[in-house]
Amino acid sequence: MRVTFTVNGRPQEADDVWEGESLLYVLRERLGLPGSKNACEQGECGSCTVRLDGVPVCSCLVAAGQAEGRDVVTVEGLADHARRRSRGDSAGTPLDEAKGWRAEGGTDSRAGAGTGLAPVQQAFIDAGAVQCGFCTPGLLVASDDLLERNPNPSDADIREALSGNLCRCTGYEKIMDAVRLAAARRSEGV
Amino acid sequence: MPSPQLGSARAGGAPTGAPTKITQGAGTKGGIGESTLRPDGTLKVTGEFAYSSDMWHEDMLWGQILRSTVAHAEIVSIDTSEALALPGVYAVMTYDDLPTEVKHYGLEIRDTPVLAHGKVRHHGEPVAIVAADHPETARRAAARIKVEYRELPVITDEESALAPDAVLVHEHRDDHHVGHVAHPNIVHRQPIVRGDAAAAAGRAEVIVTGEYTFGMQDQAFLGPESGLAVPEEDGGVHLYIATQWLHSDLRQIAPVLGLPERKVRMTLSGVGGAFGGREDLSMQIHACLLALRTGKPVKIVYNRFESFFGHVHRHPAKLHYEHGATRDGRLTHVRCRIVLDGGAYASASPAVVGNAASLGIGPYVVDDVDIEALALYTNNPPCGAMRGFGAVQACFAYEAQMDKLAKELGMDPVEFRQLNAMEQGTVMPTGQPVDSPAPVAELLRRVKAMPLPPERQWESSEGADVRQLPGGLSNTTHGEGVVRGIGYAVGIKNVGFSEGFDDYSTARVRMEVIAGEPVATVHTAMAEVGQGGVTVHAQIARTELGVAQVTIHPADTQVGSAGSTSASRQTYVTGGAVKNACERVRAQVLEIGRRKFGSRHPAWATAELLLENGKVVTDGGEVLADLVDVLEGEAVEVAEEWRHRPTEAFDLRTGQGNGHVQYSFAAHRAVVEVDTELGLVKVVELACAQDVGKALNPLSVVGQIQGGTAQGLGIAVMEEIIVDPRTAKVRNPSFTDYLIPTILDTPTIPVDVLELADVHAPYGLRGVGEAPTLSSTPAVLAAIRNATGLELNRTPVRPEHLTGTA
Amino acid sequence: MDFLRPASWEEALAAKAEHPTAVPIAGGTDVMVEINFDHRRPEYLLDLNRVGDLYEWERGEDSVRLGASVPYTHIMEQLRAELPGLALASHTVASPQIRNRGGVGGNLGTASPAGDAHPALLAAGAEVEVASAARGTRMIPVDDFYTGVKRNALRPDELIRAVHVKKADGPQQYSKVGTRNAMVIAVCAFGLALHPGTRTVRTGIGSAAPTPVRAKAAEEFLNAALEEGGSWDNRKTIAPSVAQRFADLCSAACNPIDDVRGTASYRRHAVGVMARRTLTWAWESYRGARRATEGAA
Repeated sequence: MRVTFTVNGRPQEADDVWEGESLLYVLRERLGLPGSKNACEQGECGSCTVRLDGVPVCSCLVAAGQAEGRDVVTVEGLADHARRRSRGDSAGTPLDEAKGWRAEGGTDSRAGAGTGLAPVQQAFIDAGAVQCGFCTPGLLVASDDLLERNPNPSDADIREALSGNLCRCTGYEKIMDAVRLAAARRSEGV
Repeated sequence: MPSPQLGSARAGGAPTGAPTKITQGAGTKGGIGESTLRPDGTLKVTGEFAYSSDMWHEDMLWGQILRSTVAHAEIVSIDTSEALALPGVYAVMTYDDLPTEVKHYGLEIRDTPVLAHGKVRHHGEPVAIVAADHPETARRAAARIKVEYRELPVITDEESALAPDAVLVHEHRDDHHVGHVAHPNIVHRQPIVRGDAAAAAGRAEVIVTGEYTFGMQDQAFLGPESGLAVPEEDGGVHLYIATQWLHSDLRQIAPVLGLPERKVRMTLSGVGGAFGGREDLSMQIHACLLALRTGKPVKIVYNRFESFFGHVHRHPAKLHYEHGATRDGRLTHVRCRIVLDGGAYASASPAVVGNAASLGIGPYVVDDVDIEALALYTNNPPCGAMRGFGAVQACFAYEAQMDKLAKELGMDPVEFRQLNAMEQGTVMPTGQPVDSPAPVAELLRRVKAMPLPPERQWESSEGADVRQLPGGLSNTTHGEGVVRGIGYAVGIKNVGFSEGFDDYSTARVRMEVIAGEPVATVHTAMAEVGQGGVTVHAQIARTELGVAQVTIHPADTQVGSAGSTSASRQTYVTGGAVKNACERVRAQVLEIGRRKFGSRHPAWATAELLLENGKVVTDGGEVLADLVDVLEGEAVEVAEEWRHRPTEAFDLRTGQGNGHVQYSFAAHRAVVEVDTELGLVKVVELACAQDVGKALNPLSVVGQIQGGTAQGLGIAVMEEIIVDPRTAKVRNPSFTDYLIPTILDTPTIPVDVLELADVHAPYGLRGVGEAPTLSSTPAVLAAIRNATGLELNRTPVRPEHLTGTA
Repeated sequence: MDFLRPASWEEALAAKAEHPTAVPIAGGTDVMVEINFDHRRPEYLLDLNRVGDLYEWERGEDSVRLGASVPYTHIMEQLRAELPGLALASHTVASPQIRNRGGVGGNLGTASPAGDAHPALLAAGAEVEVASAARGTRMIPVDDFYTGVKRNALRPDELIRAVHVKKADGPQQYSKVGTRNAMVIAVCAFGLALHPGTRTVRTGIGSAAPTPVRAKAAEEFLNAALEEGGSWDNRKTIAPSVAQRFADLCSAACNPIDDVRGTASYRRHAVGVMARRTLTWAWESYRGARRATEGAA
């Protein structure tokens, strides 16, 4: 079947989709957006978290056909999503523009250098919240959603909001640090 | 702008040593000792970092593996005809289709069939492989392969393995361990005998014994096994793969394919965590076979279910311990027996046995010991490497024993440990003297001195915040039945490959001028699995070469082996190789400088010269030249192997030998709140103190310690692969039923990092990654015992164990 | 596999009538797991995401008509006053991402004994509104809905449209035991509702029998004890012996199994503990001694 929907502000179309495919599979294998990760495919780990019509969901549990006509934001579009939010825009930005900051390989991800990153992405880098990074895309989408709803979350709020995202590397401490940091920077207008 | 809370990554006073002082490059920004940020961080937060499962190629096929549905059986027949008939299927292969006489692989013992031949030995063993144009087509095809099994009795424990009429898991062993084991169902056995434990037992005034059970843990890395094999025009294949050791894979893959190693090119793709689970091969050979057979690129990605069958697990163990002490609290002797279940194939079992034995009594001074460790062949899932590697199981048991003994003696458990703590100069049960700082007592002191978290943190004017209580969001208690407990533990782990293994790494470092700037390029085959080796390599190059710009070349087999990203060894060994290569580059750069500019300033000949901030300077700080000018028109490149001090094998009868190159130590204090009625546990805080010799990157060091601590917590209260003892089949191969800690299960983890240099190691550093996984588990168990008064001789401890309803 | 995309409830019923083997999919939190892991290859997937009615709820005089696909997040956030037990149960469902997709219709359709909503529905009192193109709508009391392990009273051509849950007329509680502090399938669960209007207490037990069940003997015992003590009027503390007897009877109502998530013996034990605690919390709330009917989260 054919599935047509919007991803990161850009209309997308996938053909010859097998009816049993998930939104995650279509994003990764058909649309060239492998940022959302395939760690468990049973909704237990949150690595595939995307925003579906604004709401964080596990894309592995959305049948591809269910995304028809809907709006999806993935980690690849998170920076653009954050930028539009801070501008108060609703208009979409083409994917290419959202990717315009593409980093040079081999250099450090220096604090503050990535002006093209969403604040929560920069905070994850700065706080050391990324190790293997496989859980990171899902955690970023979930954290960004949390801070959108609750700009000043308590530690317990952060833990509750991120309880659907497993991380095996960090012991979560640096992830807590990252979300606190993103919240603090935001409240100080950095 | 507030800084993130990084924990106290700086040590205070140094009681038995000091951190290494750095001169060369100390003034260059972004060098060692700084918390520089990951070079791959930006790619990882934007979703652009290419993990092995993200690989894609025009015209690629999808590989699928058919696995055994039973644990132990003869294969009567395999019929692939219906699978081959399915449109979209390009190839179906079984054992009979393997191209050469080499049909087995293995890390140390080549006992693992690439595809099952005549027999399957564990649940989920690969039997056939399929390549098709869509993963669903491949799955449907695999389901059409008809395999007829004739089931055999299953070997599942020591009793069934060593019974007089036991079926042999491997009928025709010819490995180098078979000669010294008492039964062919024992992979390897290592005794360690020092002093006279029997005589010492006679002097003991208090003796405690215990039987302990350690469950089977899974690495549960988040990125499932995956890779892409692309056939090449020269008849070879290029494999993009997530692994811990490219060259070890290569050595096992090439002979099965019938290709020389140069025709099997390997490039490391993004690795979604490892923790030991990627030391063995998984889908590597299968993808290459299908690619070579079909002439098309083949991608294989395990799902989570398959991942539980696709890699080895941590050995479950039964441990028997006897500890004796005098009334004044001095250990007299330890006798112990550690039986590890290696499962159907050897994997890393022999080395795990060596670790369990040699580290079996923990970081304590005991003159009279009698240790026996062995690994069994059974029909359970194969077990091998996982973070902590044999030392974890022992630590759980000996620390339980230390608490038991302290209680029996009426002593404080921390003081009792401190009284018996090893230190630099202590002789291990293997006869090896510990020749670098071993601040065991100090780590315990530090962890005990940390402020305790306040009581009843869950209570507020709003009522009880269930998120901070046992049971969490499930709303099981508002404080009823909740009792706090505190527990301590300390552990010892070896760093690097041991027992005489030729443990080396290779680094190629190039220095040149690019776009008017001096740039260093570091090329190694080190598998970056998330630990941050790439960050550290850049830091080392900046420090050693005084440059700002460092490029980390992708890891591949176009450079020599880096050894495994295992055994807490990469910063030591590949870091050492990078440092060594940089030093050689620096010497050559200075030589070029002398040649070009030596006549301009006498200091070129007389002074100690350093490279700092892109310049050649004297140790007094005088600038002699710009590196850009020195390197004008010249590039310097050095590629060299680097080794740490050699180690020795353990004597097969006495276990004596200088088997390890370095030891690392961590201590934990766990604070738990237990709902004693429901048997639910909330770990409130898990504080850690660890000596890291030198923190090359404090942020990464703390991250490693916290991550290892959380994995130890998982073993303590939830993680276990459950194998049915009647069928040897895995009952919970999913993230629904194999639980790993969520962010609501993981407490705050304050970390106190001590930096006491090991003069034998680069920069005095000590491997970091594993030690925190050891002591975390027994500390949590001790805290639960403290809260409940229960003996708790198994881990993980489940609600039924705390409520008498097991 | 065919993917059916009805745009309305009528179209959905027509599709189900035409293809009775079609598997309805809404939040996908059960169905997609089965598809991803090759446990199920239905001939037809019947997507209910486009049927807007299923995402709506109405507050009636006595009950809330809760659309089958209303996500748990909405129940937690918007129906806490009317359906406190179900709101608490919703909060224990998996993770935020799952709560954003899953709804009570899925729990009922799957009818797993471990479904988190069941004990709350049993305790509150509810009717399941189902419909078919051929026979129209019928109401099934929730007590009659669960017919076996993962079996329910739906006929092949029927779909679940809504569940009518009685609005709380007194405090309600819900507890669930899992071996992790979040994102966990119930080892066992317990729901309790005080109904001062009828002077009754109702219960629901999850994951401790082949189907979700009420602890009827426990309810009868407690109803009698409260009546006898005049407790509904004098609002006196429940005697520990009464609470314990109630707990024991709840344990006795279980018919659990040993599995990888827990032992039968533990389940029986834990249901008793949860019964005693939830009764205490709810009753103390009824007495006005507790600020809220639930934990602060």
